[in-house]
Amino acid sequence: MGTVTLGHYLVLSGLLFAIGLAGVIIRRDLLIMYMCLEIMLNAANLSLVAFSRFSQQIRGQVLVFFVITVAAVEVAVGLALLVSLYRMKRTTKAEEITALKF
Amino acid sequence: MEGFLFWFLAFGLLSSAVAVIVNRSPVASALGLVTMILALAGLFGLLGAYFLAAVQVWVYAGAVMVLFLFIIMLLDLKAEEVTPLRPLGVGAGLLTIVLLGIGFWRAIPASAWETSGAGAGEASDAASIGHLLFSAYVLPFEGVGLLLLIAMIGVIVLSKSDV
Repeated sequence: MGTVTLGHYLVLSGLLFAIGLAGVIIRRDLLIMYMCLEIMLNAANLSLVAFSRFSQQIRGQVLVFFVITVAAVEVAVGLALLVSLYRMKRTTKAEEITALKF
Repeated sequence: MEGFLFWFLAFGLLSSAVAVIVNRSPVASALGLVTMILALAGLFGLLGAYFLAAVQVWVYAGAVMVLFLFIIMLLDLKAEEVTPLRPLGVGAGLLTIVLLGIGFWRAIPASAWETSGAGAGEASDAASIGHLLFSAYVLPFEGVGLLLLIAMIGVIVLSKSDV
């Protein structure tokens, strides 16, 4: 299997970020787009923890702790927005919500 | 052993992330997200960040996923219908992937492939993280607490039906 280096973790994190970005672009449902945003946040967390491990500094983990907290806040507010949007428009499809479009 | 665990968890991580975006049913996507979060918690544990692995399971697999499943149930979301691909969209997507890949690849320094494993550095248990949180990072910590309060009030205001 070989030794696992920092590069392995960084490539893994990049691939995970790319999958999340692809999801935000491909999917049309706002809720699934939210899930893909979470995937991208988690990818960034993975690279932060890997850097923290391989540079022997615990401060990276403190940053990840803050990122996880802010992500939880973001999900709560985002899903509340989604519910009130659904109440108004009866849909969660991104292409049917065009109130701010030219 | 560490190598085997890494490849096993990495495979689980990427395949469940792909499952999130290819499944048309929202509940199946949510279950893929749970698997991805658990695999990532395993990777955190492999990296020696045991506290973050526990927080990942509590906050994401616990709170956030319950929220997602609750919203799926509340809004009664149906599976997404198939829409035909547009050639322009496919081309732009492939171009994005190639450019992003080049950018990520160039961002990884060559020395990253030599820093293997893990000597004993600072202890990364919950006690030392907590000590940092309440000494050097006490202001951001309070700020995050305030942010949680604002979010709570905001969610209550948004959910009131007569706004």
